Amino acid sequence: MDITTKPGSTINNKTGGWRTFVPKTDLDKCIGCGTCAKVCPESCIIMQKKNNKKQPITDYDFCKGCGLCAAECPVKCIKMELDKK
Amino acid sequence: MKEILEGSQAIAQTINNIKPAVVSAYPITPQTHIVEDLAKLKADGKAKYEYVRAESEFAAASIVAGASATGVRVYTATSSQGLLLMTEVIFNIAGMRLPVVMTVANRGVSAPITIWNDHQDTMTVRDAGWIQLYAENHQEAIEQHLLAYKVAEKANLPAMVCIDGFVLTHTYEDVSVPSTAEVSKFLPTFKPKKGQYLDPQNPVSFGAFAPPAFYQEIREELHNDLRNSKRLILDEYEKLKETVPDIIKKTEKNAHINNGLIEYYGAAHPRTILIAMGSLVGTIKDTVDEINKGKMASSLGVLKIKTFRPFPANDILKMVISAKQVAILEKAVSLGATDGPLTLDVKAALKNKAKTKVQGFIVGLGGRDITKKLITRIVKEVERKGDQMMFIG
Amino acid sequence: MHQIRFHGRGGQGVVTAAELVAIAAFNDKHFAQAFPSFGVERTGAPIEAFARIDDKPIRTREHVYEPNILIVQDSSLIGTVDVTAGADDKTLVIINSSKDKKEIKLPVPSKNLFVIDATKIAMEELGRNIVNTVILGAFAKATGLVTLNSLKKAIEQKFSAKGKSLVDKNISAITRAYNM
Repeated sequence: MDITTKPGSTINNKTGGWRTFVPKTDLDKCIGCGTCAKVCPESCIIMQKKNNKKQPITDYDFCKGCGLCAAECPVKCIKMELDKK
Repeated sequence: MKEILEGSQAIAQTINNIKPAVVSAYPITPQTHIVEDLAKLKADGKAKYEYVRAESEFAAASIVAGASATGVRVYTATSSQGLLLMTEVIFNIAGMRLPVVMTVANRGVSAPITIWNDHQDTMTVRDAGWIQLYAENHQEAIEQHLLAYKVAEKANLPAMVCIDGFVLTHTYEDVSVPSTAEVSKFLPTFKPKKGQYLDPQNPVSFGAFAPPAFYQEIREELHNDLRNSKRLILDEYEKLKETVPDIIKKTEKNAHINNGLIEYYGAAHPRTILIAMGSLVGTIKDTVDEINKGKMASSLGVLKIKTFRPFPANDILKMVISAKQVAILEKAVSLGATDGPLTLDVKAALKNKAKTKVQGFIVGLGGRDITKKLITRIVKEVERKGDQMMFIG
Repeated sequence: MHQIRFHGRGGQGVVTAAELVAIAAFNDKHFAQAFPSFGVERTGAPIEAFARIDDKPIRTREHVYEPNILIVQDSSLIGTVDVTAGADDKTLVIINSSKDKKEIKLPVPSKNLFVIDATKIAMEELGRNIVNTVILGAFAKATGLVTLNSLKKAIEQKFSAKGKSLVDKNISAITRAYNM
């Protein structure tokens, strides 16, 4: 029996189902500073370049809805909404 | 008074009413709730014992050993790796004849890591010289703690009460916790004899060096005293039943024998007897009732071993000698041996004395659920030829 | 014997819910049992808890495989965990969801399905998404297995050490769910 475990199995465990609130980002207001991506404890926000402007993409498969991004956003363009389940 | 309590809570309250002078423990799942509750009782001013926080199980066992040597009542509790870390002290406690009482919330041992219940922890220290009692439910756990203190202090032997981790420690069910008045009816204040405890006015040493000319006799005496404590356990259980009947696990209608050592439940003349220890017996009893009502009417019984050390060999022999076969459901494995520890002892008890077939079944390791379906399967399996140990479930 | 299985995630008070049902049933002069089955001990991991109610002492310790009642505290478990395993066409299912009954995809008859938006009530009454007591209000109403009074008493017994305010809030939440 193989009794060792391989790394990286957390990718299969989609923890997004745990959240109560879901962050919604207003990309028109977003200044692309990347603070949200830096503070995200799950590292599930990545900054992507689009039309010469950086913007955050949240991976809802893994976002647990902690709300740190919304709290730290300097222009308050992230709103926490009650998630539909 | 009947209450609905978590097993750990019921035990903690009972221990408080038993009034130990010193409690020391190190928290480990699933024992944690017991010692948390004891610490809380102390913090809330509801307890008189010294609660000594230890830096490990090794320390906790050493602290209660030292405290016990000064001639006071003590208590500790642990599980699994914690018990194994205590091992050296456990042997010393028995060797120094200290009447320490400990609850073990039974849990499997690593590796792989498990927090769940089986009996591999306490089975590992069965040769240490302690009395070992196993409880079926909350009420029996309560009664066994009283019994453990009484016998331990009378016979100068340590005792562990083994309760299934999670299955009893984390379960809510109805239970009566004895009041301090009820406890004192059965269990007198602990007063060790002069010369049997550390006292500056009357200096003695514990666990001193024993050269080959003495060591063997000292071990032999410990063994004989532990064997002879069987009588004491039987007598004290009867006294417990008389003095505080409300805090004893009730003997059920279908139970033919229930004493301090064993309980037999089921058919009066069984073809098959199941043997088990601890909380598993509850599920077995329900299965026995179902099977005895069906096609295989009145063919089945269950023998519960309440006292594993001292081992009640003759009592078991008497119960199973006229049965065709015995299936032993064990939550422990003696790795590399021909059978599990309980089966080995039962086979030795029956050897050359009974024709009954005895087969061991290893079940529920690391908390695997033991279902009525599995028990029914074992009842069928033991009818087959052969008596090889089987991992099943 | 009534057998109840609770599904939820670590941190949602699933075990406490099972214990409250047992305490309430005991208050109603029944025999009762409650126990947990943790997977891994960490927040968010799916866990189960069990409760049994009977008029004679309960001896069996096996998990609940054929539940009469299922309580699902977190509907996001559907698809991850087989929450209806062992259920039959008589099993009552009480589920926390903001969705409409028709949108809940579970293999049980629609008449046995009770949907309650316990998260909404919990956020309003308790200020946190701890839905265990809320959903028990719905449980008492849907099953009649425990009385609302016994449930309130159970909450007092279990939470009194945590302060009167918490007891009051939970009783208010449970009563609101019961009256819905």
